[in-house]
Amino acid sequence: MNSIPLEYFLLVAALLFVIGAVGFLLRRNLLVLLMSIELMLNATNLTLVAYNRFRPENHAGQIFAFFVIAVAAAEAAVGLAIVLAFFRVRRTIRSDDADLLRN
Amino acid sequence: MKALDFGIFALSTLLVLGGGLGTVASKNPIRSAIALLVSILGIAGMFLLLAAEFLAAIQVLVYAGAVVVLFLFVIMLLGPAAQSPADARSAISRYLGAATFLLSATGVLALVLRATKGATTTLATQPAGFGTIEAVGKELFTSSIAPLEFSGALLLVAIVGAIAVARGKQPDPTLAVATPKGEEPEAAPEKAPSRRPTPKEAHS
Repeated sequence: MNSIPLEYFLLVAALLFVIGAVGFLLRRNLLVLLMSIELMLNATNLTLVAYNRFRPENHAGQIFAFFVIAVAAAEAAVGLAIVLAFFRVRRTIRSDDADLLRN
Repeated sequence: MKALDFGIFALSTLLVLGGGLGTVASKNPIRSAIALLVSILGIAGMFLLLAAEFLAAIQVLVYAGAVVVLFLFVIMLLGPAAQSPADARSAISRYLGAATFLLSATGVLALVLRATKGATTTLATQPAGFGTIEAVGKELFTSSIAPLEFSGALLLVAIVGAIAVARGKQPDPTLAVATPKGEEPEAAPEKAPSRRPTPKEAHS
């Protein structure tokens, strides 16, 4: 299984990262912001695994991607808990309403 | 074989990019979560093409099985508030968002193409056993044992932190129990007929 060039994977990963980054910057729903972060983490994982396939002497890239997945799971759990706590305070999950420190 | 690989790659690309766009663009958070699931499954397909079987399995287990389900739980817990009505925007800002996306996407594509100079690198055949659970697990438990243990500790901290943050401020149970217990002996005889018997009393 080696008929697909490395660059194709890199292009897909770059596009997915852009989708996640633009979504993170433009959306105002806190849940969608967290999902955009997950998209960006997935894009970096794809890059890591693709480069590891390019240099298959060891599994450094795959192991790094493994740890990224672990950190992403922890981040999703804590992030969603923060969303719930924020909702309890403001009764909304718009990121524009997270302005308690203003004034 | 080659056509099959390209077919799988094209399907995965469609899932990844379509799912990503759906995640970011849909107004309903439930649709966003399902689109995120589609995108994650596409990434798992790409991992399979890149001979990372273990990571593909982990991807499906952790992301599709845990993270997306957690998202769905929170969306349903929030109910109608998960979709704030103010998230609907005027047409002009939506066009601005699409233009921003197109601009940055073409920029990134140009950057990657310039870095690779338009050439394609054919991936050499991987060594036997590359990316299997045995090979990855062996490295995970020998050369990178310290990060593995640290990530375990991180997950434990994240569990405790998530519970503590999501639970919010609760009344201190030790204080709540301590006060009635002190006045129970005097108050109990008068109150006895009106209040419901505690399980302990019901037994005796």
